[in-house]
Amino acid sequence: MNDFPWLSVLIAVPAVGALLVALLPRGKDELAKRVALGLSSLVAVLAFVMAAGFETGGARHQFEETYDWIPAFGVHWALGVDGVALTLILMSVVLVPLVMLASWNDAERYGGVVAEGERAPARSVKGYFALILALEAMMVGVFAATDVFLFYVFFEAMLVPVYFLIGHYGGPQRSYAAVKFLLYSLLGGLLMLVAVIALYVQGPNTFLMSELGDLDLDPTVAKWLFLGFFVAFAIKAPMVPLHTWLPDAAGQAPAGALVLIVGVLDKVGTYGMMRFCLELFPEASKWATPVVVTFAVISVIYGAILAIGQVDLKRLVAYTSISHFGFIVLGIFAMTSQGQAGAALYMVNHGFATGALFLVVGFLIVRRGSARVDAFGGVQKVAPLLAGAFLISGLAGLSLPGLAPFVSEFLVIIGTFARYEAAAVFAALGIVLAAIYILWMYQRTMNGPTAEAVAGFKDLSRRELVVIAPILAVIVALGFFPKPALDVIDPSVQQTLSRVQMSDPTTTVAEKGARP
Amino acid sequence: MSAGVQVIAAPGDIPAPHIEYGQLAPMLIVFGVAVVGVLVEAFVGRSWRYRVQVPLAFAGLLAALVWTLVLGLSEKPFHVAAMGAIGVDAPTLFLQGTILVLALVGLLLIAERSAAHFAAQASALPGSEAEQAGAAAGIRQTELFPLMMFAVGGMLLFPAANDLLTMFVALEVLSLPLYLLCGLARRRRLLSQEAAVKYFLLGAFSSAFFLYGTALLYGFAGSVRLSDIAEQAGQGAGGEPLLLGGIALLSVGLLFKLGAAPFHMWKPDVYQGAPTPITALMASTTLVAAFGAMLRVYYVGFETLRWDWRPTMWGVAILTMLVGAVIAVTQTDVKRLLAYSSIAHAGFLLTGLVATSREGLSGSLFYLAAYGFTTLGAFAVVTMVRDPGGEAAHLSRWAGLGKRSPLLAGAFAFFLLAMAGIPLTSGFTGKFAVFSAAVDGGATPLVIVGVLASAIAAFFYVRVIVVMFFSEPDADGPAVVVSPTTATAVAVGLAVTVVLGVLPQPVLDLAGEAAAQMFVR
Repeated sequence: MNDFPWLSVLIAVPAVGALLVALLPRGKDELAKRVALGLSSLVAVLAFVMAAGFETGGARHQFEETYDWIPAFGVHWALGVDGVALTLILMSVVLVPLVMLASWNDAERYGGVVAEGERAPARSVKGYFALILALEAMMVGVFAATDVFLFYVFFEAMLVPVYFLIGHYGGPQRSYAAVKFLLYSLLGGLLMLVAVIALYVQGPNTFLMSELGDLDLDPTVAKWLFLGFFVAFAIKAPMVPLHTWLPDAAGQAPAGALVLIVGVLDKVGTYGMMRFCLELFPEASKWATPVVVTFAVISVIYGAILAIGQVDLKRLVAYTSISHFGFIVLGIFAMTSQGQAGAALYMVNHGFATGALFLVVGFLIVRRGSARVDAFGGVQKVAPLLAGAFLISGLAGLSLPGLAPFVSEFLVIIGTFARYEAAAVFAALGIVLAAIYILWMYQRTMNGPTAEAVAGFKDLSRRELVVIAPILAVIVALGFFPKPALDVIDPSVQQTLSRVQMSDPTTTVAEKGARP
Repeated sequence: MSAGVQVIAAPGDIPAPHIEYGQLAPMLIVFGVAVVGVLVEAFVGRSWRYRVQVPLAFAGLLAALVWTLVLGLSEKPFHVAAMGAIGVDAPTLFLQGTILVLALVGLLLIAERSAAHFAAQASALPGSEAEQAGAAAGIRQTELFPLMMFAVGGMLLFPAANDLLTMFVALEVLSLPLYLLCGLARRRRLLSQEAAVKYFLLGAFSSAFFLYGTALLYGFAGSVRLSDIAEQAGQGAGGEPLLLGGIALLSVGLLFKLGAAPFHMWKPDVYQGAPTPITALMASTTLVAAFGAMLRVYYVGFETLRWDWRPTMWGVAILTMLVGAVIAVTQTDVKRLLAYSSIAHAGFLLTGLVATSREGLSGSLFYLAAYGFTTLGAFAVVTMVRDPGGEAAHLSRWAGLGKRSPLLAGAFAFFLLAMAGIPLTSGFTGKFAVFSAAVDGGATPLVIVGVLASAIAAFFYVRVIVVMFFSEPDADGPAVVVSPTTATAVAVGLAVTVVLGVLPQPVLDLAGEAAAQMFVR
């Protein structure tokens, strides 16, 4: 393994880029966009070059770097990725340039939906791109951190750019949504801070995951600390009943930012459950499993039912995500290798599938100036490519076999069934409901007589095609051939499970049979 | 001490006290400059005074700071000076250095020429002809500088005082000039004078508590020296009511200066009414001095009694955090809002005191330095946003400031995020330091209340950011007046807030070393 500090570079390039873009003189919007897109593409290329050197079956964490940061608190600038983190980072860095390209022309004009007759105030273009770059740096950091304190720093600092993305570039109710988002996340984060502090006091005065792993905690303390971490992650993920910030944020945030908020940021919650809750507090995790599984199943069904009733496209997609996050949490806490591998894969697949859905919804909103389902109708006749992209991403959302989310959802359900049969049966209901909300949404917006306001719709532009085509290609590719991703994910899942000292139930379905 | 009682003392009988001038030099320099400043007021022509006073004050503070650094570096074993009246030790030098740097930055605000924050003649009645005549003649208030120097001198002495009488003298020396300075605002003079009177009356009242507490403790221990009191208390020498009563009354006086609930009532009014540069000075340096004095009293004097005072301090800390955070939510004036935020921060600091450990001490020292610069920077921003009638302190006037002046609004937003304790700012590092010390000291419930209060507090910080960035600017909104000195103050505040958030290790080391050497007895 070479000693090049890959991960630090992946954080530094967008961070410096964000400063650079923010400091460009006013009026240089075009330059700002190009610099931002160029840098984020560079990050993506670098990330893939790094990933090529990842040895499956090698050390648990690879590309490790450890430097002292604040020795007084035992804090290190410690980075490293295992399979799960690596796939999540790759997903993030692919999505960022695409999101930039998708918001190329409308960052300043549409912060989402503008009420009829109201002119959206002009907003700083370079600010939007600078915030996204800053967010990218923190996204890489949060997945790569192997020091609990460093993770917490990225976890909390990430709120600031997101807050401004929603509050500054969002729709009419943006400041309400932004404040709600921030307060929810901050409250969760601060509870986690207590747990982080207590961990520091209890432990060997270090925050390195590698040294905290062997911590022998008092069971009662461990349960409290688990709760501190878990609540923060459950808010982030978002799980019923801590989910109410997401639909509001989704209704107001610009579609581009939403891809990153729902597609990437919310994964920090589920990633955190896997990495921190399970590995730091294995006993407490097992203790909490029944409750967590119950809430996960409730999330699956509740999110799906509410999605059916939504009249706003972005809110609808947000509720579908709550349902999907229920699946991910279910897979993690089923504590079987299939469940966890499925959950880890689902995080990636969901990022692409929901990302695609939000992007297409964004294209629709830009054309129509409204996000209401009933504002559309018969789009398919005027813009067949757009409708096609919508259909594929929608079908990915309902986990159609052949598309990526199917594999992961299937693994999750099988993995869950092996241990919690009832939970798996109820969760499977979510798939049925998914068919209703996706197909009904498609039917109402794309089929039927062409609405008057829709008649003038242009089909996907070249720029939009460049944005959406790669994501759809990834969804199809991972749908038919998930093996590369699973190969990378599996070893780290096994390690997590061995930390929790759980093995698969003996009646498990043969692993190979679970994959199409 | 009791030797000269029997006969009328001849001049030679009273032993001349041994004074370590070298170790006391920082305080002596500041007091000396203050006295020279008074002479300048008396003998230098009016048009020259400003040009003499400002460099003089700068030079004095700078010389004191350099001397403090030299004392800190000389690494002699620290000991008490001036016959045990003053402790010159590592934590004190850390506090004094912090106070001096903050005072230097605060001086930049007070010396601001273009703004005219201060009334030309404090004695002229508001709205009277004398006032108009004074303003027309271009009279500039320059007594500010000696007054400020006296106050800073008192602040240096306050945390250094090793006996309660010296501490009382320091308390008065720092308070009296501040009472005066509070009443000197040029705009809204009645509000300013009301603030001054309130501060004076309540301050005098709390001083009386302090003095009464001192008297009771003297009655208990037969000495006003903190180490003697600690020794007597450690022996369990009886006289518990005197001791506990003394601690309670003394605490009231100290908590008043700190602005902890339920002794916080003066803070919003005074912060709002006082000229903003003075508010900035009070919010930063006075807080450092007052909390520094508390640290010394509780770590040196009452350390052996911590099982007696800790429960009360728990209550005070919880009340202070909650009162500060909750009431701030309803505020609409930026200065009042920052005042309530300062109350909440006093509560966070108290969690470091409750820890009563070296970690708690070093955490508190770091927190004081970090918070001092953040709050100073925030008030400096407030002085820059002006209406025709003075500062535009009402929150609604700040609407859309982010569009009009993104840099300034960005700086203010950063200060607010630091106060809210977002990582990568000094506020987070400070909070982490005191909270981890408190958890280590078994005060986990206190820390949970602390983070809940932080979440409530975040709500109103965020509200200001919402107003600045997410609402449309008024057509006749306030102007942003940028002057070099104030901008420097903001820049220094910003730089320290960033550095202490990103690379806090050197200052943490400094605070840790200071705490490791502990207060001398």
